[in-house]
Amino acid sequence: MSDLAIQADGLTKRFRAQTAVDGIDLAVPRGSVFGFLGPNGSGKTTTIRMLLGLVGATSGTARVLDTDMPRGLDAVLPRVGALVEGPAFAPFLSGAANLARFDAADRHASPSTRARRVADALDRVGLSHAARKKAGAYSLGMKQRLGLANALLMPRDLLVLDEPTNGLDPQGTREVRSLIRSFSADGTTVFVSSHLLAEVEQLCTHVGVMSAGRLVAQGTLDEFRRSGASRVEVVTPDPAAARAVLARLGLATDAAAVESGDAVVTAELGEHPPDPEAVVAALVRDGVRVRGFAIRRTSLEQRFVELTGEGFDVVA
Amino acid sequence: MSSPETPAAVGAPRADADAGGAAPTPAPVGSPGSRQRRGGLGSLFASETMTLFRRWRTWAMLAALALIPILIAIAIRIAGPSGPGRGPAFLDQVAGNGLFVGMTALVVATPLFLPLTIAVVSGDAIAGEASHGTLRYLLIAPAGRLRLLSVKYAVAAVFCLAAALTVIVVGTLIGWALFPIGPVTLLSGGEVPVGEGLLRLLAIGAYVAVSMLGLSAIGLFASTLTVVPVGAMAATAILAVVAQIVGAIPQLEWVHPFLFTDRWFDFADLLRSPPSWESFGDNALLQAVWIVVFGGLAAWRFATRDILS
Repeated sequence: MSDLAIQADGLTKRFRAQTAVDGIDLAVPRGSVFGFLGPNGSGKTTTIRMLLGLVGATSGTARVLDTDMPRGLDAVLPRVGALVEGPAFAPFLSGAANLARFDAADRHASPSTRARRVADALDRVGLSHAARKKAGAYSLGMKQRLGLANALLMPRDLLVLDEPTNGLDPQGTREVRSLIRSFSADGTTVFVSSHLLAEVEQLCTHVGVMSAGRLVAQGTLDEFRRSGASRVEVVTPDPAAARAVLARLGLATDAAAVESGDAVVTAELGEHPPDPEAVVAALVRDGVRVRGFAIRRTSLEQRFVELTGEGFDVVA
Repeated sequence: MSSPETPAAVGAPRADADAGGAAPTPAPVGSPGSRQRRGGLGSLFASETMTLFRRWRTWAMLAALALIPILIAIAIRIAGPSGPGRGPAFLDQVAGNGLFVGMTALVVATPLFLPLTIAVVSGDAIAGEASHGTLRYLLIAPAGRLRLLSVKYAVAAVFCLAAALTVIVVGTLIGWALFPIGPVTLLSGGEVPVGEGLLRLLAIGAYVAVSMLGLSAIGLFASTLTVVPVGAMAATAILAVVAQIVGAIPQLEWVHPFLFTDRWFDFADLLRSPPSWESFGDNALLQAVWIVVFGGLAAWRFATRDILS
């Protein structure tokens, strides 16, 4: 058994002239909560569709739970629960009937335990009271919960959740978060795509970032954040002197921003930064009045924007 | 009111307090448990058949079909019998024997109404799931593409039978209510008792259901080509009409034996004494060819298609 739940090598999908996914090498460790990030149109959902065998890869290989996809689809998918590009249901069937229907499509699911498993899954997402209601009459948040319940019908080794908190209110978002944590605690690998960075920052152990069809970064959350430059921030009424000291320490300062009388001098910490306390000592030794000092780590959002670009440049 | 978030919670804390405070049950996720009896093809077939008949639209179509014998029976009851040779086949016999209502209604329904409902069900088979987005969830369940396709076809076949039987059963009931019921006069001149007459009616219903199987296969194929179910339905219905038009053009006689509509009206052979099953067999063979060709095309198309809806 490999220690990777999902492994893609050079996975590529072209639709006519457009390359939606461009040779990505994805490695999702077993037991991780893997945040799959990227702007809209960056190829996240196409990647997920390839991993689940809905879309055939143009080239490259994908292995899910140690099985080549799409060849091993029938053996692997019963162990994979998924929410792909939003929930979808037959509007004329009740929530419970929809779940029972998807369950019947899984030949590994036992019909004798179906009713109980459907009830359990509905209970788990807090939808027991709406089980008999037609899915067409569900609110967006209820549909999202029902979609999650569908992913929980069977014991799963891997959960693939595409935007699981989409359309949920803050309570619902918290519930989903704690659900994901509980699966993870049980040893289930969770592959969650999202554009809510705060969400990912709270939940994930690993991240991968897609941009324009390429996987531009992946690793543990700590590695990912560390790879972004940290900055030193000095609040002082003596900006010129502070700049001179920082420059002597080999730190390139940015243009100063004024903050209520005191200047804020910031500088990027390079590959081998001096110890923060040494920086403060040097400043004080040179008579710089230090009124505030901080090391700012790059936020996930900054790092994300660095990797994927600013603004609304959706890749066509 | 929400509970404080518990990091790395093992259970599933429920933040909403509105669901009656039921305790979280043991999770189905996480520990691959013992797997018991497995659901086979039959389980999916039963589930999909139930889905079809839980749909309001299905019942509306069957009700529309049921209306045909009712209209015929009431019209004859009010206006009196028509002369021989006028109107659809068997119409002139209805007033004398209520058992002919169902048969007459089938003759009326077969060119358009019946194929229309068949086109709706078969054209919706895959395209309808795709348009709802449920196709991706059925496939990752995993239903298996060919398995799903064959089940969908089987369900369409069930509808063919249900549609033909609806016309026959409603026709017989209304005929029973409004007209005298008696021994059925056969085409060859003899008579069979009411019981056997009913059996022959059922055989005719089966004949018409079989007649629709080729069209269903065409609808299934059309359904794999698009994510817009109405498109697949319309294409299928149009083909049914076109085939009948081609069948009516004598200059195209060489192509007639290959049309799926060619033997749609040959069920009168079942009213001979003894019943001639030859046309039943020929029709079944013709339909089987269409099923193999279009079922094969559908399978070829669906097996590799990218599911993007």
